[in-house]
Amino acid sequence: MKNSLEFASDRILVPAGLTVTDLERVLGQLLGHRVDSGDLYFQSVKHESFLLEDGIVKEGSFNLDHGVGVRAISGEKTGFAYSDDIILPALEQAAVAARAIASQGSQTALCAWKHKITKPLYTEKSPLDSLTNEEKIALLRQIDSFARKQDPRVTQVIVSLVGVFDTILVVSSDGTMNADVRPLVRLNVNVIVEQNGRRESGSSGGGGRTTYEYFTENERAFDYAKEAVHQALVNLEAIDAPAGTMTVVLGPGWPGVLLHEAVGHGLEGDFNRKGSSTFSGRIGERVASPLCTVVDDGTIPNRRGSLTIDDEGTPTQRTVLIENGILKGYLQDKLNAKLMGVAPTGNGRRESFSHIPMPRMTNTFMLPGPHAPEEIIASVEKGLYAVNFGGGSVDITSGKFVFSANEAYLIENGKITRPVKGATLIGNGPDVMNKVVMVGNDLALDSGIGTCGKEGQSVPVGVGQPTLRVDNITVGGTKNN
Amino acid sequence: MNNALPCRLNEFVNESTYQQMVDDMLKMARQLGADQAEVGAHASIGLNVTVRLNEVETLEFNRDKAIGITVYVGQRKGSASTTDISPASLKSTVEAAISLARMTQPDPFAGLAEAIEMAQDIKPLELYHPWDLTVEEAIRLSKTCEQNALAFDKKIVNSEGSTLSSAQSYHVYGNSHGFLGYYPTSRHSLSCTVIAEDAKGMERDYQYTVARAKELLDKAEKVGIDAGERAVRRLSAKKLPTQRVPVLFHATVASGLLSHFISAISGGRLFRKSSFLLDSLNKPVFGKHIHIYERPHIKGGMGSAPFDSDGVATKDKDIVLEGEVKSYILSAYSARKLNLINTGNAGGVHNIFIKPGEEDFDALLKKMNRGLLVTELMGQGINLVTGDYSRGAAGFWVENGQIQYPVHEITIAENLQNMFKRLVAVGNDVDKRSNIQTGSLLIEEMTLAGT
Repeated sequence: MKNSLEFASDRILVPAGLTVTDLERVLGQLLGHRVDSGDLYFQSVKHESFLLEDGIVKEGSFNLDHGVGVRAISGEKTGFAYSDDIILPALEQAAVAARAIASQGSQTALCAWKHKITKPLYTEKSPLDSLTNEEKIALLRQIDSFARKQDPRVTQVIVSLVGVFDTILVVSSDGTMNADVRPLVRLNVNVIVEQNGRRESGSSGGGGRTTYEYFTENERAFDYAKEAVHQALVNLEAIDAPAGTMTVVLGPGWPGVLLHEAVGHGLEGDFNRKGSSTFSGRIGERVASPLCTVVDDGTIPNRRGSLTIDDEGTPTQRTVLIENGILKGYLQDKLNAKLMGVAPTGNGRRESFSHIPMPRMTNTFMLPGPHAPEEIIASVEKGLYAVNFGGGSVDITSGKFVFSANEAYLIENGKITRPVKGATLIGNGPDVMNKVVMVGNDLALDSGIGTCGKEGQSVPVGVGQPTLRVDNITVGGTKNN
Repeated sequence: MNNALPCRLNEFVNESTYQQMVDDMLKMARQLGADQAEVGAHASIGLNVTVRLNEVETLEFNRDKAIGITVYVGQRKGSASTTDISPASLKSTVEAAISLARMTQPDPFAGLAEAIEMAQDIKPLELYHPWDLTVEEAIRLSKTCEQNALAFDKKIVNSEGSTLSSAQSYHVYGNSHGFLGYYPTSRHSLSCTVIAEDAKGMERDYQYTVARAKELLDKAEKVGIDAGERAVRRLSAKKLPTQRVPVLFHATVASGLLSHFISAISGGRLFRKSSFLLDSLNKPVFGKHIHIYERPHIKGGMGSAPFDSDGVATKDKDIVLEGEVKSYILSAYSARKLNLINTGNAGGVHNIFIKPGEEDFDALLKKMNRGLLVTELMGQGINLVTGDYSRGAAGFWVENGQIQYPVHEITIAENLQNMFKRLVAVGNDVDKRSNIQTGSLLIEEMTLAGT
């Protein structure tokens, strides 16, 4: 079997008639102009999606994109150009454009190629070919009828199935020549339920860097449908959410979006190099309660947020961000690592060849603690138990972050009582992390649904956490107690 | 530094080649058995320059193109797209769409818009004002902008930079009714984000200007000064106690509220029954003083377009008159699903306005007297199925009709249906940068959650 570099080369360079000598020449052109370093990022992506609604698979679509991004770095400056034609003249033109950034910087020579094959964390098979088109359609229809059978109040079911097969090859003046073959699948089920004129929705899904068979194994796809219907039916009974500051118990898994917003973004190397983050210059300081250990780990096989190598060719790793409440490290790409005098952490990511890489999260989660989840809920006299969330966002400078619950319950006298409507929770990252007073023993990662946006670029990520009790966080309901 | 890439759209895009590609793909689709087909293509070039702390940080040249086809075989639909416009790639793209259309299921409502609805004699909308921008000039403007922000106040301690972006695009759409429409557009913007600090901590804020023609951009100095002022005024923000209060959405954030309304009356949400405004046609959603309308043909408008993404002529219309919904937002498909008349809104709306009232911003503050002025919203806590709205907010506390101090780490919540009913005033301080243009909006009461 071919390794990923041979595979990527066959898939991208050979059809374009490009050789390693051509790449060396383009990099040489990039460097000949007082540029510190430069890289070329080749990409070829196949993407397909199917949509079922009203009981029929209405739409199928297929996209094929490819191109090459050329970057030149001189000190803190980045010059960038790209082309969706992978041909030598276009590459050379992009190199001339990108190197226009250089006004200072040292004369740099091209390093010798360091071929290093990193063991892939996922299959190199195309998910698009893992089921026949007939099987994909049949799967969507089975999910639809299964969801409708769950409850007569289900009035609408929307199922989407997406498969991506992404091949990248990155060559850099530091000698990096590395490639990655990246499958990604995602299935989502949305339902609308109706009772006495009241309508509510529920949504569930999952996926990862694997093939479509993932959804048929262990009835996973049907579990998503069950979960979506459950969530919608719970919301039919929901009363107004409380407003004000209270104790909140966050469920395991996807509620880990808390960590992504409250901690993760603020620890990205670019913000900290520039001193614009509320966490800037605070390595070694206490930024969370001693119960909290938070890591970013891009090396978990088959996860949505995982990568064998990042988009600069650096192998991913497990990076400890916070250990027992003490800030330990930042997430780095090559540029920011160099400027801060530390090693890259394999977090240099980009949405595509037409975007500039920057430090991004992979799978970010909190390690488990000693408490059973039941014990945590029983400890709360009055509060909110939030088990499912929509998205979140953060202002890394002030540290303010929000995340929006879409399935939550009241806790009264240590017991989960009534469901409440969705509400946004708001806090300040370091404050909230210091108010984590109990950590569960039930660490779970999300089901593979996360997409993170930063400066207009979207990348797939994972989050996770055990059940957490946070004292004093502001809950944005409508009912003022 | 020389701009090494073509800076004019016509050096990158040969218009007749693009029109020919659309035609070729439509022909190919027919030969391969499609009953109907439509092809859309776009190409764009652009330059982005970011300056940070008076040094160039990034210099980015953009060149994008893509072409996509949707085919209908009987009532079955398949789509495919690519960035590779070689003849072989175009052929395999058509084949991919056809093969998908042979496996999806028949949908009785699928198909192109009716031939008679296609836009006729497309008038120029003056959307294309290319800027022969050199890298040097882009750097100079960004530097001027950032310098003015940094110099605004000693409390401005850091910067995320100032970015000048200039882009030109060419759009072409054709379908098997024989319709072929095309037009170029341009978009230029200048933005700046700076960080202010005092003993209580750091706050950042930004300002931007955007227009189709460079002459319509605000001066770089003004954008910088505004960014500086906005960051400084947020310092030492306080939290507020939980309470029910009037809320004034500043014009710069108010268009979001109207966009939720537009989404809730859009065809896709209506036929999926996933809107809190089902069956709202000819019913009051707002008070009698509210009028909302669409004007797609404004010369040089940020949202202007001669035809929608079905090729259907866009047209002026009232959406809300005296508080009653007069038109939904429909495409050919959603109109057929709902058995209503197509409104020419495939792909979205084109220049939405809410009629401004008599009061300026200061008059609205006085009218509110005591309450919350919102200048920033955070998060996505909007459920359009139920209308429940709950978002993070920052802004200013207002008493006696005057701004008292900045506030943060609070949420505001209410059901959108109640918010629309209790939208008591629209300011004449219209923010003209957006596709949805509105003045500040005063909502009679919402729940503010804080300490």
